Amino acid sequence: MIIQLKRLAVFLGAALLLVAGSALADDKLKVGFVYFSPIGDTGWTAEHDKGRKIMETNLAGKVEAKVVENVAYGPDALRVIRQLAADGNNLVFTTSFGFMDQTLEVAKLFPKAKFMHLDGYKSDANMATYSLRYYEPSYLAGMVAASMSKTDTLGYVSSFPLPAVLQIINGFTLGAQSVKPGIKVKVIEVNSWYDPGREREATEALYAQGIDVVAHVTDSTAPTLAAEKAGKYIVGFHSDRAKFGPKSQLTAIIPVWGGFYTKVAKSVLDGSWTNAPVWAPMAEGVLDLAAIGSMVPADVASLVMTRAGEIKNGTFHPFQGPIKDQKGVLRVKAGESIPDKDLYGMNWYVEGVEATLPE
Amino acid sequence: MLTLELFTAIFIAVMGAGTPLVLAATGELVSERAGVLNLGVEGMMLVGAAVAFAVTAETGSAVAGVAAGMGAGMALSLIFGFLTLTCLANQVATGLALTIFGVGASASIGASYTGAALVVTSAFKIPYLGDVPVFGELLFSLEPLTYLSLLMAVAVWYFLMRSRPGLVLRAVGDAPESAHATGFPVIAIRYLAVLFGGAMAGIAGAYLSVFYTPVWVENMTAGRGWIAVALVVFATWQVPRMLAGAYLFGGVTIVQFHIQSANLGITTQFLSMLPYAATIIVLVIISSNAMKVRLHTPAALAKPFHADD
Repeated sequence: MIIQLKRLAVFLGAALLLVAGSALADDKLKVGFVYFSPIGDTGWTAEHDKGRKIMETNLAGKVEAKVVENVAYGPDALRVIRQLAADGNNLVFTTSFGFMDQTLEVAKLFPKAKFMHLDGYKSDANMATYSLRYYEPSYLAGMVAASMSKTDTLGYVSSFPLPAVLQIINGFTLGAQSVKPGIKVKVIEVNSWYDPGREREATEALYAQGIDVVAHVTDSTAPTLAAEKAGKYIVGFHSDRAKFGPKSQLTAIIPVWGGFYTKVAKSVLDGSWTNAPVWAPMAEGVLDLAAIGSMVPADVASLVMTRAGEIKNGTFHPFQGPIKDQKGVLRVKAGESIPDKDLYGMNWYVEGVEATLPE
Repeated sequence: MLTLELFTAIFIAVMGAGTPLVLAATGELVSERAGVLNLGVEGMMLVGAAVAFAVTAETGSAVAGVAAGMGAGMALSLIFGFLTLTCLANQVATGLALTIFGVGASASIGASYTGAALVVTSAFKIPYLGDVPVFGELLFSLEPLTYLSLLMAVAVWYFLMRSRPGLVLRAVGDAPESAHATGFPVIAIRYLAVLFGGAMAGIAGAYLSVFYTPVWVENMTAGRGWIAVALVVFATWQVPRMLAGAYLFGGVTIVQFHIQSANLGITTQFLSMLPYAATIIVLVIISSNAMKVRLHTPAALAKPFHADD
């Protein structure tokens, strides 16, 4: 009899837990993440996934994330995004420009779900774009690079001449010139976001020209490895790769997604989400410089940190006039800073960048 | 301004960029000379790259990694050999399938290493000779596999054109029926040639993932396997032309980056196309003698052989 009672108690307890569990599950916000590449150790997608994990920790019990990695652009993306929405993911992050049209298409089919698309320019009532102001940390990285260079030219391994990339290279150049007026930046485009072979070859080509500090807007570890091998300096991108370039990585420009993803998920949970485009600055904690390497003198590091503080509190804008373009045309007047809409569509290089833009 | 230092740097970079092409194309050339067209080079390279990376990461030994990559390339080529030589499947279709299989297999082998990097080893230098000024750096401080690639290319040239076994191999590729009638084991010889091609493709992949860019990335061969296949054909199955084509391709790839940094106002898309265009144009021009091309083309290329006895 007693044994039977015990069994009944256990059964009831389990049933209660189940009921409680399912009640909780109903309250949980399901969040989908769509990545274009495998997650991996370092780089673009790895950083997004770190952010996803932090969001899950911050909002434990309130959110449940689902990740689909290595999704090809086009019909595959459409299928994956639609499946996520159909599975009840009421917030979906698509973390690559190439998912723009498919995200929009699915957003129209699932008006109750919210969609966040990275770096695009299309939105809808339930779809917003989000981007980061990478030019802020790149200005700071330019200061570090110019301080550490013994030459009058820096190098940049670029991907494509898109506005977002031009902002980064221009910011870097202006930062470098703030430390060493007249310093130049040579640019090599590899026509890819991720091609270790070409990234290595381009980095080595710049070093062979006598340049001693190179930065890159591509995603692989290859430039860092090339720098370490050549005994030169590198400014990393997307991930802190100091373990692969202990002697060569001066610093790195890195996104920090955890806080941002937490904030967006919270806004969906409390109903305050809007489709206003997000262009988040360093001040919101979404961007940072990786720890400045020990080879950088302390006075340089402190100068950079002071400037970082000014950028964050809004007293300094990296694109503060006077700024001339490559042809010497005054683009931003003295005493003014560039308006967001001009910055967003940037299609020119600042004076001192040695590269040709397609007409 | 081309200083000696810049020239040395460009020369070393060109040799490095040409190495995987020389390795893979040397193997494919032997396979095709025996009459077997293996379009699976890209797949074999990828699997070789993934296995070599995994083994190097686990054991810390690049030698073990390269050996494993070679073994993986051979294993894949054995599958190809079984299907095309024993089962008489269509070589073109099987080769294409092998590449598709290799892309997927390498991705799953390398899955847990995605984005990981190997710790860079210090630059290799041949003792004493490497310290000689100018020429020392120019000739004796390349990657070990670059020397191997040159050694293999010369060895293969000697084997094919100057040795009796090489003559037999060419006979198998030109007239398998006659070779068979003379008493040579056509299928066995073709198996060996295919295995050699697999081994070289595996080493080429290992070179990319362990030495050239010591990271594992899906599809990291980026079409080099296809370029190797094209080089063999455009070089009309001759080793010296294949070498010239590989270094021309590597050379234009590297030099176009220097042209870009010189900022001459040429669009980068045009420059990216240059290595392909230049290699094709040059190889087509040097191979424009139709008579000679026919002389060097393996007459039984891609034709299945079955001994009815």
